[in-house]
Amino acid sequence: MSIRVQLQPFDPGVELNALHAANLGIGAVVSFVGYVRDFNEGREVGGMFLEHFPGMTEKALGKIAEEAAQRWPLLGIQIIHRVGHLQPGEPIVFVGVCSAHRQAAFEACDFVMDYLKTRAPFWKKEDTREGPRWVEGRSSDQAAASRWQAI
Amino acid sequence: MIRVQYFARYREALGLDGEQLSAEFSSLEQLRQHLLARGGVWDVLAEQNLMCARNQELCSLDEPLLAGDEVAFFPTVTGG
Repeated sequence: MSIRVQLQPFDPGVELNALHAANLGIGAVVSFVGYVRDFNEGREVGGMFLEHFPGMTEKALGKIAEEAAQRWPLLGIQIIHRVGHLQPGEPIVFVGVCSAHRQAAFEACDFVMDYLKTRAPFWKKEDTREGPRWVEGRSSDQAAASRWQAI
Repeated sequence: MIRVQYFARYREALGLDGEQLSAEFSSLEQLRQHLLARGGVWDVLAEQNLMCARNQELCSLDEPLLAGDEVAFFPTVTGG
C-alpha cells in the first residue's frame, strides 16, 4: 500500500508499470487518473490550486486504502494526489489497484475514488477569467459514495 | 485547550487559519455555537454542508470534545 501527496507532477504510465512489476502474482491492474480540465461549470479554467490538510490527508487516504483491502482480495494499492498549483491537462490523482482477477480491482478502484472524493481533505480553487473560485462539492459524489454502504 | 483550524473557503472568509481556545466544550456543536456567536463573517460556519474533523478524523457535530483535542472546520471536500 502506497500513499503519496505531492507538489511534483507524476507520470501515470510509469506508476502503473511499477505497480505491476512489484509482484508477478498480479493478474489485473485497474487504474484511474483524474486530470485538470480547461473548462468547468460554464467557465474557462486557466489552472487551479489544490489546498489540503497536511497530516489528515495522508491518514484519510490510508484509511480508505485499508478499507478497500479489507473488502476485496487485493495484491497492491497506490494512491497519488497532487497539491499546490496545477495546469490544465496535468494529472491530479492516480489510483492503481492490483488483484489476481479483474473484478476485485475494478470494484476497489471505483470505491477508492468515491471515498476519496467525499472523505479526503482536499479543496480545489480554480483560476478563471472572472477571477479565482472555490469548486463546490457535488451531491452526485455523495450519492456515488453512499452506494458502497449498502454492500 | 482546544486547537481549531479552518480550511479553504472558510479560512479565507474568516481571515484566519486557526486559533487556540481555552474554554471547555462538550461537543463540536457546542464549539461551533460559540464561534457563531461572534457574528459577522463567522456565519460561514452555519453552512449546511460544513464538514468537521476531530484529531484529524472526519466526525459529526455531535462528537464529544476533550481538552487537548485538535478540531477542524471546512467546506465540502473537492479533491480527486
